[in-house]
Amino acid sequence: MASNDAHETVIGLECHVELSTATKMFCGCPNEFGAPPNTHVCEVCLGHPGSLPVPNRKAVEYAIRIGLALGCEIAPRSLFHRKNYFYPDMPKNYQISQYDLPLCVGGHLDVEVDGRTRRIGITRVHLEEDTGKTVHPGTTGRIAEAEYALEDYNRAGVPLVEIVSEPDVRSAEEARAYLTELRATLLALGVSDVRMEEGSLRCDANVSVRSRGAAELGTKVEIKNMNSIRSVERALLFEEERQRRALAEGTPLVQETRHWDEDAGRTLPLRSKEYAFDYRYFPEPDIPPLEPDPAWIEEIRASLPELPAERRARFAEAFDLPPAQVRVLAGSTEWADFFEEAVRLGADPRAAANWMTQDLAGLLNQHRVELSGSKVTPAHLADLVRLVGEGTISSAGGKAALEEAFAKGASVEQIVEERGLRQVSDVAALGAIVDEVLAENPGPAEQFRSGKEGVIGFLVGQVMRRSGGAANPKLAQDLLRERLLTGG
Amino acid sequence: MPVEIDIEHVARLARLALTGEEKERLSRQLPDILSHAAKVGEVAAEDVPPTAYAVPRSNVFRADEPDECLPHDAAMAGAPEVEDHRFRVPRIVEME
Repeated sequence: MASNDAHETVIGLECHVELSTATKMFCGCPNEFGAPPNTHVCEVCLGHPGSLPVPNRKAVEYAIRIGLALGCEIAPRSLFHRKNYFYPDMPKNYQISQYDLPLCVGGHLDVEVDGRTRRIGITRVHLEEDTGKTVHPGTTGRIAEAEYALEDYNRAGVPLVEIVSEPDVRSAEEARAYLTELRATLLALGVSDVRMEEGSLRCDANVSVRSRGAAELGTKVEIKNMNSIRSVERALLFEEERQRRALAEGTPLVQETRHWDEDAGRTLPLRSKEYAFDYRYFPEPDIPPLEPDPAWIEEIRASLPELPAERRARFAEAFDLPPAQVRVLAGSTEWADFFEEAVRLGADPRAAANWMTQDLAGLLNQHRVELSGSKVTPAHLADLVRLVGEGTISSAGGKAALEEAFAKGASVEQIVEERGLRQVSDVAALGAIVDEVLAENPGPAEQFRSGKEGVIGFLVGQVMRRSGGAANPKLAQDLLRERLLTGG
Repeated sequence: MPVEIDIEHVARLARLALTGEEKERLSRQLPDILSHAAKVGEVAAEDVPPTAYAVPRSNVFRADEPDECLPHDAAMAGAPEVEDHRFRVPRIVEME
């Protein structure tokens, strides 16, 4: 979308994050994805009369961690409220949430877009409980066509943190950058597994378009049902275009909630009956106020890990790596820790970064595994970098060793021995191979002699192949040139 | 203190289908109840901050340690109907 036109897009994002505590928010049922339906439920999360919710201290700690990492103020006093609504995904007919006194207020997240840093304000971070999971039986799975609904309350009561941004986001691209940075931050904090496809990170967006420079916001539309960062970006691009076109055509926009249809690639209005709620919030009488001890808050602050932005700055500075590699390596705690461990074990940082962002990333992609799920360790990487650096194995041999380590997990030294990857740097042994290659390829040899020097690459390739990748390519080239130029 | 109540709105929020007679009666009774509760305001002094909690407690927490869940059958015992180990409930969207 052009940025020099008469209109600008204003976006605010609301993210819900399921915390990775062992138990639920207000009861001791396990907080675990994928259990058989209604097996992680008790009187509290089923809303049985007389049951008493008691907040999980770890969940409060995690919410404070998130607040501190986002530069929020931790409220000296905050309350839980009941958010009343008639929908069977909460058996109590209300959700315990926070309302006018949230736990964390007023922070920010810096994101990078096109090499520029943009500061996105954070309005609030509050704690609540997740809802149960509803299945709508029927042929289409669409709510409106189902005759009845089925409820699984395993997820009801799972600790949920809501992170609300200021309407500071100006494009779909900035929204993607914000979500990517937020996700990396949450991962570094160790408070959630932030898997959008499993619903542990969910996002809704408020979008409006206004005349550039206007103080008033345009008509606000809320978009729901986006389950990947990519679909948030697509939905926002669609919605931005739809609203701009309506403004250009003079069609009035209505304030409404729209549903993102991933397959159709468009947003569709939900009928007003489905979201016309009056939540009648009131203080949860069963839970006394939260007044976190300042000493506890400072203890949590002191325990915060290095955040992705800090880590990127340090990597760029300490290891002299290009920005694109820094983004990949410092993009997740897993990758950053792996890289740093390999460097600690003696690997040259630039070489280690190249192996990780190219060959290792390629293998992981090809086999669709996460780094943590692969057999490759920082020790493998450090050995690989060292052996290639020393010339003990060629880089082709290194790639072969990495693939073998990826598949079997054996040590690089062992793989090199077993597969005979040690470079042949013996002039006599290699000379014999070179002679064979020249004898079999008189054409290319003649081309070289008549001035087409580039053909040497082909001949080196033949030597490498014949030696099973074990030849020292530098030595092979020297021997080839020597023989070709002396007419041998 | 006179209180205006939109009885139709309140009934809809509570998902109650009231007859005309009930609406008329409750429209008279509800303001009485609210006026009664509002009497608290008459004794509230400047030095008493508003609160939703009668007991001066805060920070009541539990440790993040698992407790026993209900056995599945017991959990489902209160369900109006069960299908596929889930609570079967009426359709959700209100059609009018």
